[in-house]
Amino acid sequence: MFKRIFSKQNIILVKELVRTDFKLRYQGSVLGYTWSLLRPLLIFIILYIVFVKFLKVGAGIPHYPVYLLLGMVMWNFFLEMTMMSLGSIVGRGDLIRKIRIPRWIIVISSSLSAVINFLLNLVVIAIFMIANHVSISWSVLFLPLIFFEVYVFSLGISFFLSAAFVKFRDINYIWEVFLQAGFYITPILYPLSRISNHTYQKLMILNPMAQTMQDARYSIITHQTITSYALFNNGYYIYIPFLIVLITLLIGATYFKKSSKFFAEEI
Amino acid sequence: MEQDIVIKVDNVTKNFKLPHNKNNSVKSAVINFYKRNKSYDLQKAVNNVSFEVKRGEFFGIVGRNGSGKSTLLKLLAGIYSPTNGNINIQGKLIPFIELGVGFSPELTGRENVFLNGALLGFSRKEMEVLYKDIVDFAELSKFMNQKLKNYSSGMQVRLAFSIAIRAKSDILLIDEVLAVGDAAFQTKCFDYFVELKKTDTTVIFVSHDRGSLERFCDNGILLNEGTVIESGTMQKVLSAYSEIIMEELSHNQTPTVNENTTDFEAEKNINSGEAVITDIKTINNTGGKKSKFNYGEEIAIEFKVLIKKTVINPIVGVTVWQKNIDRAIFATNTMIEGIKQSGKFTNGETIYFKANIPPGLNDGEYYTEPAVSNESGTLFFDRKQKATTFFISGSNNPHSLISTREKIVFNKIT
Repeated sequence: MFKRIFSKQNIILVKELVRTDFKLRYQGSVLGYTWSLLRPLLIFIILYIVFVKFLKVGAGIPHYPVYLLLGMVMWNFFLEMTMMSLGSIVGRGDLIRKIRIPRWIIVISSSLSAVINFLLNLVVIAIFMIANHVSISWSVLFLPLIFFEVYVFSLGISFFLSAAFVKFRDINYIWEVFLQAGFYITPILYPLSRISNHTYQKLMILNPMAQTMQDARYSIITHQTITSYALFNNGYYIYIPFLIVLITLLIGATYFKKSSKFFAEEI
Repeated sequence: MEQDIVIKVDNVTKNFKLPHNKNNSVKSAVINFYKRNKSYDLQKAVNNVSFEVKRGEFFGIVGRNGSGKSTLLKLLAGIYSPTNGNINIQGKLIPFIELGVGFSPELTGRENVFLNGALLGFSRKEMEVLYKDIVDFAELSKFMNQKLKNYSSGMQVRLAFSIAIRAKSDILLIDEVLAVGDAAFQTKCFDYFVELKKTDTTVIFVSHDRGSLERFCDNGILLNEGTVIESGTMQKVLSAYSEIIMEELSHNQTPTVNENTTDFEAEKNINSGEAVITDIKTINNTGGKKSKFNYGEEIAIEFKVLIKKTVINPIVGVTVWQKNIDRAIFATNTMIEGIKQSGKFTNGETIYFKANIPPGLNDGEYYTEPAVSNESGTLFFDRKQKATTFFISGSNNPHSLISTREKIVFNKIT
């Protein structure tokens, strides 16, 4: 099965589709690729002014500006990947109706476009970490694993949404509302420690996005981050976010596989 | 023997559900779920179709519009999955349902070559090797760094075709690709087919063009409303095809312009109002109205001209067109035949006109175009393009426009 998935042709196709996406993304813009770096930078300036200087929400947390930026970048990756994938199957309808390529390749290639953007954003974070004199500990090694978890979670959702969007064209509005809600119940702009009720804290960290965000902050920025391991005292509950990720991928992929047979006629 | 069959289609059915109220939003899906309102029409696009194609064969699929040809092709290509039945394909298959799949107008010609190549399964490295060939064949080397949106449609097709013919595969599916492109391009296509026939590539060919089907295909099937109604040699299939077309036409033949025909729709029929042509018929020597003639049968065209305003010395005539080549092959009128003073006609009078069509016309589909004009031929009172259609079949030498037995000289020169 792995041989089939990673066949030469599939890899060629993914490469070429990602390349096309990337070229088309900044088509006609003056600064072009620089926007991938410039955007997180500008967002950072806004966040810095509002949350660090005006509201002072992160008082007491070391390197709070970078802490904030990391959360923002991770959330943006999740948002961008799911939104881009959502329309990917319908957007590539011309291909699907005329040629036989594995349908999932289209979702994968649009997800990889988001990954590339994410990696560029990480460069910006690295620069700020150096500027902020953040000391790196060995726990940075966990970072790839944490990001991989975010990717898998987003991929599961992407598979589900892209397939559902073929049939139900108002999925994108619904998903936008979900994202909006998710943005506020995930500790992106505020530190989790600000939530005084411990039950709420625990409930919130069951969300894979919150769990990964806190883990990532813990491992590269400051150990003064509340993680699920600390909250649940390493009890069985710490596995719940991972389970959610796995189930999401399973449901997403199954639904996608089932409905992909009929994409050509339904688009 | 078994392994020589590369495509085996076994009792394949494809149904499309056409819901009366498509659930295109979550809201309507929810409402309809509770209402249990699942009404839809079942359209059997392809119904219980079976056939086999051997290695190296050119296999034609014919049928009228909406007969399920394209659905069948998409089933073969794996774009649709069958509702019932099995499709077994051995070897690499490349579908050309359309040329230039995945072309992106915002990318340059060069980038599009690589993208299209990837869709056909070629890596960048492999494409680098083929690149020069492709561009040369398309004759577009000057334009490769321009965005595709600035290409003319002809240029796009040329580029797409050049990439397509580089794609080596065991089975090719070709869906009326030849319908686009100019004469020179079609010649290129045909040359490519001739080359293909020498190899053991299997080709599934869907087309309306009898000429190319006859020329290239060995075997084929005729589809009508999703079912196979004839299969076997291409000749047998094609003659069954012309039969259903003739039947169809004899059912709804009207004396006025055939509304179903699109080719001529752009050109308006001219009618300045002084006279109107009616009762156009093609008849045989006994005077019976007919649209299907046997080769060699006597054919005449007759019609009436109703005069609405006073006209002096009108010219009345008829032109016969051959459908495939879209060219007038015969024309006659009162002036050509020397009737200069055809007389004065006033409102209410009727002219009867009849012209014999020269013998020797070969198998094919023909249009008639009756016309009536003023004395100098500068103004048409009435002209009906494609007024009627007639068919000739049964020639034993159907490969030319006309078939007459002329004397030939055949000697050995000593």
